[in-house]
Amino acid sequence: MATELGPTPVKEPASGGAPIHHKPKGVGEDNAIASQGKWAAWLLAPTIFALAIVIVYPIISAIVMSFQKDAGLDPATGLFTEGGPAGFSNYTNWIFQQCAAPDGGTVACPPGTLGAQFWSATGTTFYFTIITVTLETILGFWMAIIMARTFRGRSLVRAAVLVPWAIPTAVTAQLWLFIFAFEGIGNKLFNTTILWTGSEIPARWAVIIADTWKTTPFMALLILAGLQMIPAEVYEAAKVDGASAWQRFRMITLPLVKPALMVAILFRTLDALRMFDLPYILTEGSNNTTTLSILVVNQIRQGFNSAAALSTITFIIIFIVAFIFVRFLGANVVEQQTGAGKGKK
Amino acid sequence: MTAATELRARQDRGRKVAQNREKWASVRTYVSAAVILFWCLAPAYWMVVTAFRDVGYTYDTSLLPTHVTLDNFKTAFDTSFGNRFGQALLNSLFIGVTVTVISLVVGVFAAYALARLNFRFKYLVLGFILGASMFPGVALITPLFQLFTNIGWIGTYQALIIPNISFVLPLTVYTMTSFFREMPWELEEAARVDGCTQGQAFRRVIMPLAAPAIFTTAILAFISSWNEFLIASQLSNDATQPVTVAIANFAGAQPQQIPYTAIMAAGTIVTIPLVILVLVFQRKIVAGLTAGAVK
Repeated sequence: MATELGPTPVKEPASGGAPIHHKPKGVGEDNAIASQGKWAAWLLAPTIFALAIVIVYPIISAIVMSFQKDAGLDPATGLFTEGGPAGFSNYTNWIFQQCAAPDGGTVACPPGTLGAQFWSATGTTFYFTIITVTLETILGFWMAIIMARTFRGRSLVRAAVLVPWAIPTAVTAQLWLFIFAFEGIGNKLFNTTILWTGSEIPARWAVIIADTWKTTPFMALLILAGLQMIPAEVYEAAKVDGASAWQRFRMITLPLVKPALMVAILFRTLDALRMFDLPYILTEGSNNTTTLSILVVNQIRQGFNSAAALSTITFIIIFIVAFIFVRFLGANVVEQQTGAGKGKK
Repeated sequence: MTAATELRARQDRGRKVAQNREKWASVRTYVSAAVILFWCLAPAYWMVVTAFRDVGYTYDTSLLPTHVTLDNFKTAFDTSFGNRFGQALLNSLFIGVTVTVISLVVGVFAAYALARLNFRFKYLVLGFILGASMFPGVALITPLFQLFTNIGWIGTYQALIIPNISFVLPLTVYTMTSFFREMPWELEEAARVDGCTQGQAFRRVIMPLAAPAIFTTAILAFISSWNEFLIASQLSNDATQPVTVAIANFAGAQPQQIPYTAIMAAGTIVTIPLVILVLVFQRKIVAGLTAGAVK
């Protein structure tokens, strides 16, 4: 496997993205780009059309909605408000945590209302994201290194890591709720008497532990795939040159696995930023475990347009994070994607 | 002579040290492997053990199965407390199969184009599809909720199937694209030399070869639809809710008491088929799972 690799084996040149290397000379040569383009357009049309309906249309309609006022009784103040164009007020209301006031203006949202939770939900979302992704990266890397070794029972380990991944998140949430029950196995094993869902820190860590359990395998498998791209000869050469295990890890493994690692971290980060199922079921958003996704869902029944503004803000936040990853941290998803399949022989 | 013996002795010593070090390394590997096994399997084991434990001993913490019973599975399917787990299983199956079939039928063409053809805007299309697969479901839920309310679709199957396509289809396309890149396309060219059109070559030669890749993609697509919760929790009703929603809202005889044993039984029923599927097709699944990101 992976023998003809150059000095940077994982991040291979995309070579125009086309699988030119597969194409035998002669026969396919008449397929000019133009005619292939026509073919491609027809083949891609159904997918693009379907995605336009299920993604592009909702995004646009969410953006349109977010500039409209919600008509109806304001649940926070009990006042009737008219619909109509809202300008940016739905956005500013979230960001400055303001609600409608009796005189038609705005006041700071009373604590406990949804409008007062924007920044705490943003904070919670990032808290979860940073901690879970960090834990999952470290644990996942460690698991990947173990799984990359040859030992008896390796396939058993590789199969076992798929178990948490295969269990639906809703079931995972209920399972950990049971483990973290006051009289549950969690407190029993560690001889503690923690009310896990009763206060902020334990509630948050209950979510973090459950999420780490569920998604570390995915991370480990992505990193493992990256590790397997590194040819053994590189390690042999480094060993001959007298590099210690730590040096080999730092100077070979880390740089060579970095492209794969960055993509894995990007995937997990974007996934964590939209976290919903676990805190929604495990802690029901109580004790500062309300993420932005939960806040949007809670808002839907209190006003579509305001919820649309919040979901657009969430989308923008996720987009910015993705942009930072791709632009500044070198998580080149498309290149990884188009470069795929060449290393494996 | 003496120099040679000395050299041999030194080599022996060196080999012994190396062997010792290797032995220690392998011990460490096995210990680590055991830790990974424990971490991944212990909670799942606890779910199964609890599923088979008598409800009166819900909080029994002995690690081995005790008070074994099948009652919890009966309770899971019991509808007298408003739970509709059986119905939910059928709903999930129906939604999952429909979404998977639609995504595969639509996505296979796109994957072929992305893997095989050379055209302008290829990166743009790839980027769009990858971006779509990472798209936050919560950004779709509000407009869809309003739209489906207006046209009376809340609680219908199509209201659950259509949003699922938004993340299953991109997943399908990029997984299949990666698989398609690794196929022996020379055979397609050979078929064309023998007089097939590109379409015929695709149907007669490539499709049979692609079957395992498509099957793996189907499993991944089905699992991601089966596990969906956010959209289903908002757009379904009692009659159409999938298992994830049913399990999250599982009610017991007393409102204050969470019927954990029955929930764990339900969770076991939902999980076992997936785990078996995943373990049987382990290699392929891992390849498909990591296809979009790394190779």
